Amino acid sequence: MATVTGVQTRERVSAGAAIWSWVTTIDHKRIGVLYFVTSLIYFMVGGFEALLIRLQLATPDGQILDTDTYNQLFTMHGTAMVFMVAMPMAAAFFNFLIPLMIGARDVAFPRLNAFSYWTFLGGSLLMHSSFLFGQAPDGGWFGYANLTSKEYTPGLSIDFWGLGLLVLGVASVAAALNFIITIINLRAPGMTLMRMPVFVWMTFVTSFLIIFAFPAITVALIFLEFDRLFGTNFYEVAEGGDPMLWQHLFWVFGHPEVYILVLPGFGIASEILPTFSRKPIFGYSAMVFAAVAIAFLGFSVWAHHMFTTGMGTIADAAFAGSTMLIAIPTGIKMFNWVATCFGGRIRLTVPMLFALGFLTTFLIGGLTGPMLAAVPLDLHFQDTYFVVGHFHYVLFGGLILALMGGVYYWYPKITGRMMSEKIGKWHFWLMFTFMNLTFFPMHFVGVDGMPRRVGTYAAGMGWDFWNMLISISAFGIALSVLVFLHNLVVSYKKGKPAGNDPWDARTLEWAIPSPPPEHNFDEIPHITHRDQVWYDKYGDGHGSAAELRKTDADADEQADEEHDVHMPNPSYWPLVVSAGLTIAAAGLMIHIAVAVFGVLWTVGAVYAWSLEPASTPSEEH
Amino acid sequence: MSTDATHSDEAHSTTGQYVRIAIILTILTILEVATYYVDIPYALLIPLLLVLAGMKFALVVAYYMHLRYDSKLFSGFFFFGFTIEILLLIALMVLFGIRSG
Amino acid sequence: MSDAAIAHEAPEEHPTSTGLNHRKILMWAFLGSECIFFGSLITTYLVYRGKSVVGPYPSEILNIPLTSVSTFVLLMSSLAMVLALAGFERAAGAAGDVERQQQELKKGRFWLLMTAVLGTGFLGFQAYEFIEFVHHGLGLTTNLFGTTFFVLTGFHGTHVGVGVLWLVSLLVLSYFGKVKPLDVELGGLYWHFVDIVWIIIFTLIYLIPH
Repeated sequence: MATVTGVQTRERVSAGAAIWSWVTTIDHKRIGVLYFVTSLIYFMVGGFEALLIRLQLATPDGQILDTDTYNQLFTMHGTAMVFMVAMPMAAAFFNFLIPLMIGARDVAFPRLNAFSYWTFLGGSLLMHSSFLFGQAPDGGWFGYANLTSKEYTPGLSIDFWGLGLLVLGVASVAAALNFIITIINLRAPGMTLMRMPVFVWMTFVTSFLIIFAFPAITVALIFLEFDRLFGTNFYEVAEGGDPMLWQHLFWVFGHPEVYILVLPGFGIASEILPTFSRKPIFGYSAMVFAAVAIAFLGFSVWAHHMFTTGMGTIADAAFAGSTMLIAIPTGIKMFNWVATCFGGRIRLTVPMLFALGFLTTFLIGGLTGPMLAAVPLDLHFQDTYFVVGHFHYVLFGGLILALMGGVYYWYPKITGRMMSEKIGKWHFWLMFTFMNLTFFPMHFVGVDGMPRRVGTYAAGMGWDFWNMLISISAFGIALSVLVFLHNLVVSYKKGKPAGNDPWDARTLEWAIPSPPPEHNFDEIPHITHRDQVWYDKYGDGHGSAAELRKTDADADEQADEEHDVHMPNPSYWPLVVSAGLTIAAAGLMIHIAVAVFGVLWTVGAVYAWSLEPASTPSEEH
Repeated sequence: MSTDATHSDEAHSTTGQYVRIAIILTILTILEVATYYVDIPYALLIPLLLVLAGMKFALVVAYYMHLRYDSKLFSGFFFFGFTIEILLLIALMVLFGIRSG
Repeated sequence: MSDAAIAHEAPEEHPTSTGLNHRKILMWAFLGSECIFFGSLITTYLVYRGKSVVGPYPSEILNIPLTSVSTFVLLMSSLAMVLALAGFERAAGAAGDVERQQQELKKGRFWLLMTAVLGTGFLGFQAYEFIEFVHHGLGLTTNLFGTTFFVLTGFHGTHVGVGVLWLVSLLVLSYFGKVKPLDVELGGLYWHFVDIVWIIIFTLIYLIPH
């Protein structure tokens, strides 16, 4: 596979060879698909956990789950949805799209990219393997000390959580570094930073947040595991330790994490809205700078999760103030999206419906944000369903709807076939309706004092009706997900062929075949404008498209020499390194010797990886 | 040949510079350690130590890590992380200070 | 952890948007991230300063003269490191002149070896210090000081250890003609970073009186 020519040859290959080619792949598009499929599976696992929780809460004094199981379910629901659904599904889009959107043949470090995926898989499997031992993590997704100490949570549940998250952190940071370098260094000629699609910008900012936020949780988790495994005193009150340290370090990571989760959604919406409004994004530079401002401010607001811990009025006021400031750049983005649609020739396709759904629900989730930032209100809302409603509006209404829109939008590029619009509309309306019916009433019961993370409630609190409604609607969401899966599968076989540019879209990925060839671009495009593909099709309104045809002819001449593209070789070493890391992490729960073995394995594999040539040197060189 | 000569001149001057910086670093370290033996008021000692450490830090980063001559992008990455961390450090020390009293 | 692996990834021949090398940007971005890592460890040490409820306390146990020597050793390893890089760079610059190239390469290898030796020396001091502390009754779990001290300096020492392994690997590979100046430069950046972390640790943990 070292040399790929312009035409992709499809050969019949044995199942074994096909699987091997996926295991050793370092193609960003295939890694993107791996991320997507894996995160979709975890989406269903996490969704299933949510349904069990809703069954328990459907009626007062629910008897379906015991307390212990309930704790495990809400912990794993939260952890999986954040670290194994939202982040990797965004990573799936990053992987597939970033090189295509900036006119590159792959990411900067293809093998490191494969390593990120396998490490993510290793970490997530490690954490989920806890279910086999009946010891799933049960300390909540933010695992507050000192509930997570050996004294209050014996057994291995928290270790599965902590060590799994550490491994996942390595995967996230490696992937983020890769995207940063890719975006800085692999842009096609002429693709200046301010000509990049907004989605690329959002990936860029997200990746920065990841590399600067993750070390904080890494350190917090290292302390936690040292306390649990080796008996240190970091969160040990009797020894002078302070559980508040965990909260600070966790939220120093945790609040930037919120933007890590939602910025990819912003990016997707910023691609879909202009395409289906047939207008360029409104206020491009304002969009970019707003995201950068959000990222900066995101590091200064962490303690707004801790108003009830008694930090003092000055600290409370400072963090409330910085939190409310974030409403400004977010508001700028909101107005720009609306202005993008305003006066456009809007086509209500399924991706557009999801993007508009994202706009409306994210607005609601965004508006409850400043409410929670107000200290007196927060003291009342803390640990109630109001908070649950708030972040589900942001993460389901904001992120998941945007991701769904992204799937419908780019599915034709990925598979070469359109997803069914008819089924897609069913999917959208079911998901949108039930999503609102599920999460909106949570605000009511929250204001009324219903606590989160508690598995039962007494009858006669006035919460019965709302909880029943929420539970029924949750199953409605599940139904919409089934419709979505059905659409994914059916369209893969029967969808109508997409062609290069089914949406009449704007960015570079639409100029190449669907699915793109392994090397993406026969010749690297030269960029002269933002929304280059749109410009190539329609000019800038002054008839300059003809000029472009001319350069096309020039490019054709060049093409012959460039067609013989040298792609890097597949490699299994990334997988081997990831396996070593996962074994080392798991080893800490089994026996120190296993951990040492895992470390040695990792080191050995890193050497093998380093010494393996990245591509086969061809004879003429 | 002439280019070779200038090359090696440059090389010697960089070696000279590296050694000069090492000497300065050594002197700064000696000063730091001297504070351990000399009685200096606490209020003066801490700023003094921080300044000395800051100078060593800056010298290594600027010359040994070549940030002075290298792309601004590299400085950007490094000092972004560094600045966030300094701010977090100060904020957390203040918050924990309030907490314990 | 995968630094060494990353070190051989990207084809350098291809032009990049910024003209900068992929791997060098990667190293700096990684170091930016590491700032937060060590910063969080140091912050924890500082907020827990003086909160131990039992001894031994830092003032009773920290050995400033000994650590001054080990600090000096690590500082000199940074000098050796830049000289090693200068050697490799000059060897590459003298491509036409085989004799001079060999000479410079030899210097480069010598200083690379010296860096690794000094680094190992630092680790020796640290091991001695740790053992002494344990003899004086300060273990990882004894009190808050032991916990924060050993974890912070232990992670720093681990970084030094990884660095030594990296330098030795570069040294060995250089005999197979597989080491470019950039490879040495990247190892060097990592090495100096570990050194500046120690500059900060030395001041904040050892020198500021408890």
